[in-house]
Amino acid sequence: MKKPVLEVNHLKTHFFTDRGEIPAVDDVSFHVNEGEVLGIVGESGCGKSVTSLSIMGLVPNPPGKIVGGEILFREQKGDKEAFEDLVKVKPKRLRQIRGNQVAMIFQEPMTSLDPLFTIGFQIIEALKNHMKLTKKEARKKAIELIQLVGIPRAEQIVDEYPHQLSGGMRQRVMIAIAMACDPEVLIADEPTTALDVTIQAQILDLMKKLNKEKGTAILMITHDLGVVAEMCDRVVVMYAGKVVEEGDVRTILKSPKHPYTKGLIQSLPKIHQREKRLYSIPGNVPKPGSIKTGCRFAARCSEVFDKCYEEDPNLLELSEGHSCRCFLYEKEGEVAHV
Amino acid sequence: MESITPTKKQRTSGPEKQDPNIDKTEAVSPWKEAYWQLRKNKLAIIGIIIITFFILVAIFAPLLTSYSPTEVGAGERLTSPNADHWFGTDDLGRDTFTRIVFGARISLIVGFFAVSGALVFGTFLGILAGYFGKWVDMFISRIFDIMLAFPSILLAIAIVAILGPSLENALIAIAIINIPIFGRLVRSKVISIREEEYIMAAKAQGMKSGRILFHHVLPNSVAPIIVQATLSFGTAILEAAALGFLGLGASAPTPEWGKMLSDSRQFIQSAPWTVLFPGFSIMLVVLGFNMIGDGLRDALDPKMKT
Repeated sequence: MKKPVLEVNHLKTHFFTDRGEIPAVDDVSFHVNEGEVLGIVGESGCGKSVTSLSIMGLVPNPPGKIVGGEILFREQKGDKEAFEDLVKVKPKRLRQIRGNQVAMIFQEPMTSLDPLFTIGFQIIEALKNHMKLTKKEARKKAIELIQLVGIPRAEQIVDEYPHQLSGGMRQRVMIAIAMACDPEVLIADEPTTALDVTIQAQILDLMKKLNKEKGTAILMITHDLGVVAEMCDRVVVMYAGKVVEEGDVRTILKSPKHPYTKGLIQSLPKIHQREKRLYSIPGNVPKPGSIKTGCRFAARCSEVFDKCYEEDPNLLELSEGHSCRCFLYEKEGEVAHV
Repeated sequence: MESITPTKKQRTSGPEKQDPNIDKTEAVSPWKEAYWQLRKNKLAIIGIIIITFFILVAIFAPLLTSYSPTEVGAGERLTSPNADHWFGTDDLGRDTFTRIVFGARISLIVGFFAVSGALVFGTFLGILAGYFGKWVDMFISRIFDIMLAFPSILLAIAIVAILGPSLENALIAIAIINIPIFGRLVRSKVISIREEEYIMAAKAQGMKSGRILFHHVLPNSVAPIIVQATLSFGTAILEAAALGFLGLGASAPTPEWGKMLSDSRQFIQSAPWTVLFPGFSIMLVVLGFNMIGDGLRDALDPKMKT
């Protein structure tokens, strides 16, 4: 059994705006096991990105703030294991962990590199930030990292500037920077959204390769179920700041339980589909905080009944490692526990 | 005459040196690219030639003339331009050409130090305001707003009135009135660059905020600061001349261009050369700096790049 490296428990990240407190992430719990790829899926505005920023301690403050919960990161000290709470840890310690043990890559490779400095300079900067290296060693390591992420002509690329590289190349460089200090967890916030499809596949292959070879756990944030199917071992489905379903990738894609997950999978284009229009879930994602009582998906749900508007359902464990937040399975859930 | 030959040289040497631009495999830094852009801009090149010319004149001033700028009675009073006195003489018989040449030193020095002072303090305050935000920003920005609420020359006059009229105090006054211009520019630039994704990425790498500020935010704000400094150089010289004209800058014998203008304004009809040459010098220098500034802006503006 694999052990978790990162545990998020009852995380609440709220935004304090003029129109009141908005719970962008509302009581979210999940864990990332060592060496696995965990996907977080959901529509825009469901709190995926805020969750990842919360883990990094990069929620823009003001207006955002983590108001509750804990983010436990496993620290290996020889044989001993200790968990550190990234919410409570001091800023200095958090800075040591960032980039070194938990690294992150972003959605926009075109703007994620400083335009004024060479690729090599920026990789070396990341290396020197957490390690003591001489100039020569750092440069050698930088070239190795560029080769690791599959960029040809590494010796030349080190001295080139970001504007000379394509989007896919830049995302590779971002991955090289993220992998510079061999992090235990790599958070990828929609890493392929801004890239075209063939490059997407290449970047995903690269991330998978790094996951297999280096054993880096990946937290993959995406809205693309195709990416999930290709990459992930387990999936967390989020809706309006809450986890609605969690399970391993086969279970979720083959037999989804929550009406939202079902809808998401149904709205994927299928290769033999003959219908003219794709299925879409009716309605829009509710504004965070606009639904006070009941299930947040109730208004758009095809299997809604009275109780859904009155009470907020709990996350029910349906089988080992598969849980779902829906009243439909209340009985099954209970049965599963007996 | 001087300006024609260098232009030709520029043109002939241009294409050879631009060859590396075609070779895409070479690392092209954004600065190099800006330099190529600047070289293509004819107006900027003319500006550079004008300013280089004035700088050379200022450096080699004593070699260019056999008179002293303060020597009274170097020639007859108010003689028109002739072989001995190229730009004529003023009402005290001083050689106008000599005074213009030495005046170039004063103007360039005043411009340089006033702009440097404004740049250093303005950038520092702008960074503080932009990076720390909240009440620091509030405090610094309101001071800038108040300073900008006055017409700049009026503020300069007030400052000189407090400090006492002298060239040094005029320089200080010009530096002070230019601080908010740099401060606001840097502040807005820092605020916009803070939101860039590469700053977020740097934070995600665990970089210290000081390092992010000085190694990423500041270098990325440098381009507009350079442009502003060049343009301000011209304005500062103009302001120094204005203060000199009002008798609040350089004192009596100093060959300051603005002062020369005001001293000779009564002879504008009888001896126009006494007014024309200093006026023309001021105009040329300011024009030169503005041309360079505009060229730099075009060269450094990332939106213009393909």
